[in-house]
Amino acid sequence: MNSRWLQYLVLTLVMLFLIGPFFIIVAAGLSAGESLAFPPQGLSFRWVIKVFQIDSFRESFALSMALAVFGTLAALILGVPIAYALARYKLPFGETLRTIVSAPIIVPGIIVGLALLRYLVVPLDVEVVTALFAAHTALILPYAVRVVSASLNNLRSDIEEAAVLLGASRPGAFFRVVLPNIRSGILAAFILGFVTSFNQVPVSLFLSGPGVRTLPIDMISYLETTYDPSVAALAALLAFLSIAIVFVAERFLGFSRYV
Amino acid sequence: MSDFLQLESLTLAYGKSIAVESLNLSVNQGELVAFLGPSGCGKSTTLRAIAGLMKTRSGHIRLDAEDITRKPPNKRDVGMVFQSYALFPHLSVTENVAFGLRLKRLDKQDIDKRVTEGLSIVGLGEFARRMPAELSGGQQQRVALARALVMDPKVLLLDEPLSNLDARLRLEMRSELQRVQQQTGLTMIFVTHDQVEALSLADRIVVMNKGSIEQIGSPEEIYNCPATRFVADFVGFENIFAVHDRQLLPADDNVGGDKPHSARLPLTCGTAPDTRGLAWRPASVVLGSGNYPGTIVGNAFAGTVREYLLQTALGPVRADVNAELPAYPTGSDVMFDLPFDKAVPLSSMS
Repeated sequence: MNSRWLQYLVLTLVMLFLIGPFFIIVAAGLSAGESLAFPPQGLSFRWVIKVFQIDSFRESFALSMALAVFGTLAALILGVPIAYALARYKLPFGETLRTIVSAPIIVPGIIVGLALLRYLVVPLDVEVVTALFAAHTALILPYAVRVVSASLNNLRSDIEEAAVLLGASRPGAFFRVVLPNIRSGILAAFILGFVTSFNQVPVSLFLSGPGVRTLPIDMISYLETTYDPSVAALAALLAFLSIAIVFVAERFLGFSRYV
Repeated sequence: MSDFLQLESLTLAYGKSIAVESLNLSVNQGELVAFLGPSGCGKSTTLRAIAGLMKTRSGHIRLDAEDITRKPPNKRDVGMVFQSYALFPHLSVTENVAFGLRLKRLDKQDIDKRVTEGLSIVGLGEFARRMPAELSGGQQQRVALARALVMDPKVLLLDEPLSNLDARLRLEMRSELQRVQQQTGLTMIFVTHDQVEALSLADRIVVMNKGSIEQIGSPEEIYNCPATRFVADFVGFENIFAVHDRQLLPADDNVGGDKPHSARLPLTCGTAPDTRGLAWRPASVVLGSGNYPGTIVGNAFAGTVREYLLQTALGPVRADVNAELPAYPTGSDVMFDLPFDKAVPLSSMS
């Protein structure tokens, strides 16, 4: 009896710890007061509406969206062939490749960001946007390779041989037989990559320039000058967007199988 | 047509390790041939080479008077049923069977007609709309068979077609394959490690061991007259002895050496000059009479026969005796005979 109550208590505390901040943010965003505070002073949608009136938010949102979409696409274009090669062939440097591909997960983002700034943007005069795009692609690549590898490993390799013996070329067999069967894994990787990129802070922090800021960075700098609830309102909107995406993915793809 | 499919000194290798060495084989059109042997003997590798899924190191493969050694697998007109069936999980039964026909860009009516035909040959007409995951193993296999059949291949290759099925389905599938072969007149080669499967299904059996052919023959020839020690062992001749200088020796004795053989028994009659060994089935060994002494070290009741294990000067000897006769207790000394008229001469003891 006792241990059961303890279990519930621990479970409740953990849930509170995980989801609590979300409710605080939502509440703070719906505040009618002038400054960011919890508990909110009254309820209103004025800060939610304000979010859409701030130009820099609109611009950084567009940049973050573009980075997330194209960075993830690029990571998949690189990652699917890498995952395929790792799954199907005994590569001489297969393990090394796997490690290199996983590196961006293991290396702290701060270091990745600093390194890119110090050795790519500054000496080579690479456009900040280009550097951001490259960085996000590299950050998403490990997830793309892992998730796609998982679904490739569940797929028998002899179906490709069967397709070839029925007249398909090797690339034809890949597109007709492999790709349709790992489609949900690729979509799962896309969503995971999208969310990873969209929420990315440490790397993007170093790769910001005049007029080039991702949304999270823009939110931080907004907060530094203007301490009003609009940031909380924006954060709540983004959280709802993420929840919606993951919910749809789980509903239609069984997303959790791949992550 | 004879020599429909020819393998000429075919050598296959995985990297540096040779899997099949200078193999020669000729298969007639409409023949049902079994590659029989233990795992790792090169039988599946040979099958994959015929399909073009495995590169040949040297030698030639000819099919229907054409050298296909360098031809890519998707242009060979060779069909294959994989051990795991290899159905496309995202396609329905119909779409699986239609896959190759669609690649050929046949018109839709023709495809539909051939798919229906193919599914009815394997008796799966009413499963056309199902997905592979909704079918039993036996049904999946028949889809795989139909998928290969509708392509009208010159040769149909089957890799361990019965090994993933339970005993009852295996019997069913066996007669199914025979029926399909009679109905279509297709040349078929299948790989198996199960001698019963090979004996019951094939017109001709190719016994393989360590990358080369041990013996080619009809099921009767392979079963009754194995030519080598390996084949004899494989088809159940449990008593195999070497022959040297009109003496019967333990099989693994170094006959060429000078050291005297303590365990030698005189043969009661002559053998052909190239005979290197003699083999007896356990059922051919006579207990209770004969010239050779032995001691019973094991006996087990096995229904119609009692299975004995004897310790003799030749090493262990296995004998199956009618179970209705009184049993010899373990430990008793007994005379036994290896009747020469039941012996099968072996030309190779390696």
